Amino acid sequence: MELIKGNLSGDGLNKDGLSPGNYLIIMENLKNFIPPEKQEEIRDQIVGDIFREAEKIARKSIISTGIENKLEKRIDDILTSRWLGFPIMLLLLGFIFWITIVGANVPSEMLATALFWLEEKISILFYRLGTPDWLHGILVHGIYRTMAWVISVMFPPMAIFFPLFTLLEDLGYLPRVAFNLDNLFKRAGTHGKQALTMSMGFGCNAAGVISARIIDSPREKLIAIITNNFVPCNGRFPLLIILASIFIKSSLSTTYNSLLAATVVVAFVLIGIIITLLVSWGLSRTILRGIPSTFTLELPPYRKPQIGRILVRSFLDRTLFVLGRAVMVAAPAGAVIWLLANTTINGSSLIQLVAAFLEPFARLIGLDGFILLAFILALPANEIVIPILLMGYLSSRIMMEPESLETLHNILINNGWTWLTAIATMLFSLLHFPCGTTLLTIRKETGSFKWAFFTFFLTTAIAVLVNLILVQFINFFIL
Amino acid sequence: MNKSAESIALNLIRRNFNIKNDDNKPLIALAGNPNTGKSTIFNGLTGLRQHTGNWPGKTVNRAEGYYRYKGREFLLIDLPGTYSLLANSTEELIARDFICFARPDITLVVADATNLERNLNLALQVLELSTNTVLVMNLMDEAERKGIKIDVKKLESCLQIPVIPAVARDGKGLEEIKKTCYRIIREGIKFKGIQMSYSREIEEKIAGLIPVLQRNLTFLEDKINWRWLALRLLEGDKTILYSISTYFPVYREAVNIIQKGDVQLDGVN
Repeated sequence: MELIKGNLSGDGLNKDGLSPGNYLIIMENLKNFIPPEKQEEIRDQIVGDIFREAEKIARKSIISTGIENKLEKRIDDILTSRWLGFPIMLLLLGFIFWITIVGANVPSEMLATALFWLEEKISILFYRLGTPDWLHGILVHGIYRTMAWVISVMFPPMAIFFPLFTLLEDLGYLPRVAFNLDNLFKRAGTHGKQALTMSMGFGCNAAGVISARIIDSPREKLIAIITNNFVPCNGRFPLLIILASIFIKSSLSTTYNSLLAATVVVAFVLIGIIITLLVSWGLSRTILRGIPSTFTLELPPYRKPQIGRILVRSFLDRTLFVLGRAVMVAAPAGAVIWLLANTTINGSSLIQLVAAFLEPFARLIGLDGFILLAFILALPANEIVIPILLMGYLSSRIMMEPESLETLHNILINNGWTWLTAIATMLFSLLHFPCGTTLLTIRKETGSFKWAFFTFFLTTAIAVLVNLILVQFINFFIL
Repeated sequence: MNKSAESIALNLIRRNFNIKNDDNKPLIALAGNPNTGKSTIFNGLTGLRQHTGNWPGKTVNRAEGYYRYKGREFLLIDLPGTYSLLANSTEELIARDFICFARPDITLVVADATNLERNLNLALQVLELSTNTVLVMNLMDEAERKGIKIDVKKLESCLQIPVIPAVARDGKGLEEIKKTCYRIIREGIKFKGIQMSYSREIEEKIAGLIPVLQRNLTFLEDKINWRWLALRLLEGDKTILYSISTYFPVYREAVNIIQKGDVQLDGVN
């Protein structure tokens, strides 16, 4: 104690801050007042007294307690009931997808027509100005066309889907979803709050990863972060919705088709949740072992949604944000694709060479070389898989003037797509590696690249494995 | 210590919470249960004059901002939403340490009018720590819709602090909050604030422990509520002495002897 520097008095106590001397004396004295084993009891008494006082004051100052909100409680009983909770949740999601699928067709077509009409005009302008061919190619066929695809294919579904999804959030439905899922997560050996972070992931996986901060235990937080990517985010929903709406067809009426497509998207969401639970279960029994912690989940009251704010917020925060990000990533990607398509070695373009290189592996998991290449090039933002894919197909084969989803369908069919290719692509999109932003967020939230890499490899491995099993199974038994 | 030395010392402690307040703006903390519209009030008061980040060394969101009223600037800190100040979680620990050590000039407790009882729980705990407290009864419109009527005057006389009804979403009550805070600061108003009293057994222990604490922790004189500190020690709070050693450090290595008393993180291996 003599070595201790600072303002010490004779008894080893410090006058400026808490020293071990002060600490030990206080702990010693405390024992005289209360033995450690009695402390818990005191705590309960104190908490109880405060609780009773609060109750007393509340009773004194509340004039009328109001009609007990029976309606709200009854709604909650239904929405979170053991039997109806899940079906209602799926129906609601399905309904939203259905409206999106039905509503997005026409505006998509109009946008495509307008944007490709404009492309023609721009081309004419370029020729008049005498721009060299390669510059015209990169700018118009590369960058402009990819961006036109991004906008015409993605904007309408987003403009319909996001406000509806935000409406569900604003009504207070998401905490009910978490309530329904809470028990399943506990059974998977993880924190019930993961149901909430997963729900956030439907919006954006990077946001979902950040929201894992609400989980205190590092073990459970890591599991929530690693598995967040298994639910489709706003950037991937359009792909699911578009592919479902053009490939899920039957000979029956169009209404029936759109309903079927919506069901398929719901099924994919369900698969995502199931994989989330399975992987969480696996992780909590292997490298991240431990017991789940408990927590109280409070169901907030339903709030009257503010329609105006929903429209503005979903448009600015989601639609424009996702679209802006897509366009920004798509522009350079479009240029790269064009260059790959127009640089030839021994008579075949680079893009064909790369695609051909990826082809054998891609085939195994139900994709083709171009699809896999699109997923790889879309690492910065999952939103641009379809636009890049179309650029790939169109730049290496006959030029077409795509004008609508119908044409989109034709392009894909002409490139050998079947319903199985669509399913495999959707599945791969659901399960494959997270986008660059999410990976960087994981690195930031966990403090090391280790977990970002781990997530990358785990998700990709699972995607490849699931696709492989599904495709081989179907090829073997059905086709 | 004279007045300016005191404020320099307080500013030093507040720096631990990332508060740089060299021009001595009055510091207002916003406390409250989750889902009470605390952030709506924060946004309503500060508008765009805010910035967000994390609490030092923690992955808990922190928002800080300021607003101007009658030519005076007020610094506003949004504390994490908590149900109590018992340091059961990182959020509760942050909220408690802030009110205890950064000693805001005013603490606004935001309460949900539709759930008065549970919200008063927190208000009573804040009052034990600091009586410079104002209760904001938010969501008054929702309470009204549900047929809940609250006698604000009665509540004020029970709690012995100002109670301001508000509908933060519509901006109602914000002006009143600014006016009240302004008056409290300008006129140096102190409130009595209801104080919890406990069983005779506990009260005796408190009375006995306070002199011991005062003798041994002289550096905390005028900087902490002794009664509150005694209560925390009696109930076996594992975190409070460690927090004291953090905000009133002597020398780094020796602090190791003081039990860290981390917040219980369930389920960690």
